[in-house]
Amino acid sequence: MNVKRTWKTVESGPRDYQEALHPVVKKNYGKWKYHELPKPGILKHVAESGDTLFTVRAGTPRQDSVDLIRRLCDIADKYADGYLRFTVRNNVEFMTPDEENVELMVKELEAIGLPVGGVGPCVSSVAHTQGWLHCDIPATDGSGVVKSIMDSLYDDFKNWQMPSKVRLSTSCCAINCGGQADIAIVVKHTRPPRVNHEIIANTCELPKAVACCPVAAIRPTVVNNKQSVMVDHKKCMYCGACFGACPAIEINHPEHSKIGVWVGGKNSNARSKPSLGSLVAHNLPNNPPRWPEVNEVIRKILTAFKKEGRPWERLGEWIDRVGWKHFFEETDLIFEKDMIDSYRHARTTFNQSAHVRF
Amino acid sequence: MDEIDMDNEDEKKSSDQDKKFLNPTPMLDELEEGPWPSFITGIKELAERTKKPMLRGVMDQLEYSYQTRMGYWKGGLVMVRGYGSGVISRRTMIKDKIPEAAEFHTFRVQPAPALHYSTKMLRDLCDTWEKYGSGLITLHGQTGDIMLQGIEESKIQECFDAINQAGWDLGGAGPAMRTGVSCVGPARCENACYDTLKLHYRVLKYFTEDVHRPQYLYKFKFKFSGCPNDCSNSIFRSDLAVIGLWRDSIQMDSTEVLDWIEKNGTDSLVNNVINRCPTRAISLEHGEMVIDNKNCVRCMHCLNVMPRALSPGRERGVTVLVGGKNILKVGAMGCTMVVPFFKMDADEDVDKFIELCESIIDWWNDNGFEKERIGETIERVGLKQFLTGVGLEASVDMVAKPRSNPYYKSKY
Repeated sequence: MNVKRTWKTVESGPRDYQEALHPVVKKNYGKWKYHELPKPGILKHVAESGDTLFTVRAGTPRQDSVDLIRRLCDIADKYADGYLRFTVRNNVEFMTPDEENVELMVKELEAIGLPVGGVGPCVSSVAHTQGWLHCDIPATDGSGVVKSIMDSLYDDFKNWQMPSKVRLSTSCCAINCGGQADIAIVVKHTRPPRVNHEIIANTCELPKAVACCPVAAIRPTVVNNKQSVMVDHKKCMYCGACFGACPAIEINHPEHSKIGVWVGGKNSNARSKPSLGSLVAHNLPNNPPRWPEVNEVIRKILTAFKKEGRPWERLGEWIDRVGWKHFFEETDLIFEKDMIDSYRHARTTFNQSAHVRF
Repeated sequence: MDEIDMDNEDEKKSSDQDKKFLNPTPMLDELEEGPWPSFITGIKELAERTKKPMLRGVMDQLEYSYQTRMGYWKGGLVMVRGYGSGVISRRTMIKDKIPEAAEFHTFRVQPAPALHYSTKMLRDLCDTWEKYGSGLITLHGQTGDIMLQGIEESKIQECFDAINQAGWDLGGAGPAMRTGVSCVGPARCENACYDTLKLHYRVLKYFTEDVHRPQYLYKFKFKFSGCPNDCSNSIFRSDLAVIGLWRDSIQMDSTEVLDWIEKNGTDSLVNNVINRCPTRAISLEHGEMVIDNKNCVRCMHCLNVMPRALSPGRERGVTVLVGGKNILKVGAMGCTMVVPFFKMDADEDVDKFIELCESIIDWWNDNGFEKERIGETIERVGLKQFLTGVGLEASVDMVAKPRSNPYYKSKY
């Protein structure tokens, strides 16, 4: 540290939110009565005091430059009294009590290339991860996959064309930082990892590398008189947990790291309980810069859902109603043997009944 | 859309004339096509304006990743003074090929709860970040941090001092308490059953020491949702989910109910509200909508469909769920309810809640293995043991149904 420090760190924790709240929000804090969705991308909240607050929501690239953020601030200063907020799906929101500001804001947002939408029965933006741009263990990109998907779903973000809200996520490795979603795009490796015996002893804590494996496929060994590990290929199911713990156990591969698509994940408690997604397509190539094969699978799923889903029914709830057989028929996806669970609690996913559709 | 495409055309023409700071990136350029806002266009614009070599290095490396379908960042240790987390170290593995990508470290910065900003806060942060770092920011990371991406190690301390002076602090990383997430809550939602922003603020403030100095077995995440719609996605994404709900009856405005039926029709009431109730707790009696509140599981569906007519009850609080996580190591897990109802009105309620959280975290650190999330520990040693360890009363609310096997040590 060559610069002399004059500042003593204040461990302040989360940023104080009081100075970040819009004055109408502050005034009606905890005293909101109801909300309406006047049109796609717009929310209208009414408070007990009679105050009305309009929100304009727009999609962002998430991977923002200071230039873009300053532009967002310009819009907020002009129309939203100098305040803005973000949603967990990387959308930006501007609030104003003045209805006439709404259309003006929509215009300015669209003029800087940001689509207004993501509210109500539509596709919202994708919860996603860092990928090749910044992560140390990714098998694919994050923002590029999202850009490719959302280009195809642009109209579905901006309009109410879905039976219910549709939430997407992408993940660049099997850790699945993107999380559960109606449709989740997750990397699936198809080969065991390769151990770099030369560097592993100096790179990783070997007991940790051994301990991280979900199926105990990693064992200590000695190679060329050096401490190392070996991978039991019969046990290994290519999850890549070891690579996260130890960079000398390389799992990523340009050909053998593929992409799987999972459907029916849901975080909300509305109607059905929160649910985990199920695998419905895999072995899709990791195909930059546009990932057309992944996009095609998403298109098939959403076309079927759009056609058959009922109001308020989430993707997984639609499948619960019509059954998996019908889902695979309607989407033209193929159910394969590998889609039968073979891990812990697998039996809870089997059909232990005489119920069957023909 | 036409307008946007034309703008892109113009930009391309003018940038073709005077640029040449960035090297060609033919694959990334394909991500400038199409209507969704392009992060590549954003990075290019920033790089051409600021001429920061680091940004050129990052674009070159990303293009190389796209060509070879492999990642080239490696992690490491970079810290600010006194902290053991909050900075994510990134150095290129291919320094010979792309020396300008030598360092690209990241600050995780804790935003205000529910991601509210004043433009002043954001502009100041942008100015500081452009001065010391690359000018690239992720809003937001999946754990809820502002991620200031791309800075050299030599500038880390000075930059941190500047943002810390402006009121920001770093978030968590590694086996530590992580940055929290909260929904928009009472700031702009009629369904918020407690003050998500305040609780997030108080809890994370209390655990600040553990955010900055990793001393847990693994990561621990809090998420705060004001109602069971769970807009902070807490059940599958946090170790401790705090979800607002009410204990008494749904508040019903009968005039608004009638208005709703008049506007939407009885068919809609039957198909979209009554039939969608997961416990069949709603019925029509002599044409009037009746809710059996005893059988209501607080799923939120009817409130979502009829926001003017129905609202959460008056006796509000939270339910506490523990052990959510994603896939690694033993598969994705949802949180399990461990406290069905906890009042969250007064400051003393918050104190009591923090006490409970402390005993939960202590139990986990005493009983878990290294790199084991609390959900995995509970699955391994048992929910019964967890309840005993933390001192919580067992309740039928904690199970979907009682056990179906006799394999337990009964009392005699």
